Amino acid sequence: MKARGMRAKRVLSGIRVPVLCLFLLLSAFVSPAQPAPLAEREILPNGMTLLHAEKKAVPVIKIVVAIRAGSIAETADRAGLANLAADLLNEGTAKRSSKEISEAIEFVGGALTTSGGTDYITATLSVLKKDIDLGFDLLSDIILRPAFREDEITRRKALIKSSIKQQNEDPGTVASKAFSKAVFGAHPYGWPVDGTEESIDRITRQEILDFYNHWYVPNNSVMAVVGDITKGELKALLEKYFRDWKSGDIRPPLLPELLPGNAPTVVKINKDIKQTSIVLGHLGMRRDNPDYYAVSVMNYILGGGGFASRLVDNIRDNRGLAYSVHSSFMAHRHGGVFQAGLQTKNESANTAIREILNEMARIQSDPVSDTELSDAKSYLTGSFPLRMDSNSKIANLLIAIELNDLGLDYVDRYRDIINGITKEEITRVARKYLNARDYVLVVVGDMGRAALQY
Amino acid sequence: MRRSTVLLLLLLVFSPASARAINVTEHILQNGLKVLILEDHKAPTATFQVWYRVGSRNENAGKTGLSHLLEHMMFKGTREHGPKTFSQTIQRAGGTDNAFTTHEYTGYFELIASDRITLPIRLEADRMQNLVLTPHGVLSERDVVMEERRMRYEDDPQNLVHEEVVAAAFKNHPYRWPVIGWMSDLRTLNPDDLINHYRSYYAPNNAVIIVVGDVNPEVILREIGETFGRISKGPAIPEGSAAEDGQYGEKRVTVKKEAELPYVLAAYKTPSLRHGDTFALEVLGNILSGGRSSRLHHSLVYEKQLALSAWASYQNMYRDDNLFYLGATAARGKDIADVEKALSDEIEKIKKEPPSDYEVKKAKNQIEASFVLEQDSIYMQARLIGSFEMIGGWRLIDTYLEGVRKVTPQDVRRVAEKYLVAERRTTGILVPLEEKKQ
Repeated sequence: MKARGMRAKRVLSGIRVPVLCLFLLLSAFVSPAQPAPLAEREILPNGMTLLHAEKKAVPVIKIVVAIRAGSIAETADRAGLANLAADLLNEGTAKRSSKEISEAIEFVGGALTTSGGTDYITATLSVLKKDIDLGFDLLSDIILRPAFREDEITRRKALIKSSIKQQNEDPGTVASKAFSKAVFGAHPYGWPVDGTEESIDRITRQEILDFYNHWYVPNNSVMAVVGDITKGELKALLEKYFRDWKSGDIRPPLLPELLPGNAPTVVKINKDIKQTSIVLGHLGMRRDNPDYYAVSVMNYILGGGGFASRLVDNIRDNRGLAYSVHSSFMAHRHGGVFQAGLQTKNESANTAIREILNEMARIQSDPVSDTELSDAKSYLTGSFPLRMDSNSKIANLLIAIELNDLGLDYVDRYRDIINGITKEEITRVARKYLNARDYVLVVVGDMGRAALQY
Repeated sequence: MRRSTVLLLLLLVFSPASARAINVTEHILQNGLKVLILEDHKAPTATFQVWYRVGSRNENAGKTGLSHLLEHMMFKGTREHGPKTFSQTIQRAGGTDNAFTTHEYTGYFELIASDRITLPIRLEADRMQNLVLTPHGVLSERDVVMEERRMRYEDDPQNLVHEEVVAAAFKNHPYRWPVIGWMSDLRTLNPDDLINHYRSYYAPNNAVIIVVGDVNPEVILREIGETFGRISKGPAIPEGSAAEDGQYGEKRVTVKKEAELPYVLAAYKTPSLRHGDTFALEVLGNILSGGRSSRLHHSLVYEKQLALSAWASYQNMYRDDNLFYLGATAARGKDIADVEKALSDEIEKIKKEPPSDYEVKKAKNQIEASFVLEQDSIYMQARLIGSFEMIGGWRLIDTYLEGVRKVTPQDVRRVAEKYLVAERRTTGILVPLEEKKQ
């Protein structure tokens, strides 16, 4: 019945449209009428930030532990180190083998996973309430006592290298990797989180241990706990399983300055395929930029708002040139990016690129309409309940709020900020943060058929 | 496109029934429309969904992809609500919307703050009957679907293998063509095809409404009565014939395509949800593929290091016999013949020796826990109810869990021996071609 291991798109053909752009996850919620706080926040004596929201509706619990130990904490010649360290957490601890960990959590129908990232890595636990003691035991074991056994390191390196190779089968992934590299250059945001086949081979066990010992400390970590668990139960479990986690000294990573391009850069990658994948964009903004909100509204109108956006209207609805077309501002802690992307048959690549650039220029030159502005605002402010209607969504939201220093009152401030944005501000931020001249353009497709004019 | 001129009074046949595990209430309107409501008050949101009992199984050779193209066209406006307005109206209210098409059904859904639930009710009722299809709109959207097909299938080597395997596995059942349709068929679909399909299948007596979330059922039913309730019952729904004749041995297909890693996909014809063996097959699927500790991952990926991934997937949400898949992507430098052999060894092993009590218990725990964990999401609950309803009735959700609980290790061995045999198998191999460098 459930499609285990099978990619959902095979089973469910034809979801109609790619969803509204991802960054809205961070931005679209507000609740003036919601009296209860989103969560209780507390800094534990060892320095860990704890966020707790008790939700009794379903006897399940979701825990996300985020540690600021993503690829920004590694160097280019060891690209993939942070991801490998996270990946190895549940591959064996001082007292459990890899198989013992997966057997234990899977026997109770739960899940314990880890994931790499640029700014931070996560360990995520989903369990039924009745299994929360076991869940905490396993979660603490993989975070506090990973073994990083040599044979497991070898095994995971081989798997990651196979996976990197397979990514070349997906034109969208190829385009997106080339785009990050061209936009971010030598900054860690420019290399893939999972590294390269060469950089992974260089990583030694000692380097993984050093990385882990330095960064995996409670004062560098945030834990969000959402579900059917009281504060008392949570505190008892923390005392029982996380007592030994000691704080450490953290040096913030030294990162190179991000420099915007001053001429168009075009990267062409030839493949024997029917469609050309196109990514066009440039450096964007950090998450703490005060213009982030006006940019959110502007981008909703440009290409973030699905069927309400100009890019979909123009390129999909009017011209039938693409199934998926969108734009986004990915705003991270240390920098960000603007990108517009689509896939179209090779022969239409030139038209599609031209129309992306036209739409970027149009939103810079002409004011948006009153309807566009009010529609964007009403979606961004009105969709907040959907952004927090499950334990999983709340847990991820709490992590994002904490790691971006937004404060738990962010939810209450958001509506006022969005509602205060004017047409003039939309034009101003479009001119300031979009660049239809000095962009990076990546195209992956049949270059013969695409006959690119860029 | 019909328009109902008779305004039916709000006449609901109340037949609320609740089950043990899932508190769905069922109501059937006089025009045949079934309404399933599950109250879930944990957050102030709701999902409103309309599922039509039509999918690619209701299409004919030469006109494949019709159901899915019609799904796209359903967003193109009605007489009352112009083109391009459907999604914009939902988003303006802070909601999101989308749709999906399968072999068996086509579903439309909205997710929205629950105090705005009447908006999708009115819009969905409107487009059940009043869709406006223009020739230009159809041609333009056909291009969009062709782009979707290029993206999802033609430029994705593993999905291409899947399509080829299914096309070979079935020789006369409509399951053999993909839901999105063949490219050459898409080029021939015209507005008349769509209008006929719409008139034949989009009627209250062929639809089920599913509502999950923070709603008051009385209010919902009143609103549905005043909107959908006014639509006349349509003519009898055409009952297409669909059957598959026998198979006489293994079938094999090869896909040669620019790709990085070889891939094998083996598909065995197996009975679906309404067959008594479905429970043991579900448990078998979990033993083979339920997580990293399961047999296929542990053996092929972890121990032998032959594969980047290895999995099984039992597809039983179908009205007729469908497929039990085993798949694996070879690790770098590994021979796909060795990967296929390793998959086959795991099958032979479980045919000879029943799984341990522990493994069966683990599989049952996983299946039961997934039902509870899914309750975190109103959308997933609606999808669960809908997919059971389309295949055999939503009440099967409860009997399903009961059936799973009764499965013994011997049952698992027996169904493996009965169904995972060469005479039921179609195997596809992806042979990567070198990249053409420019």
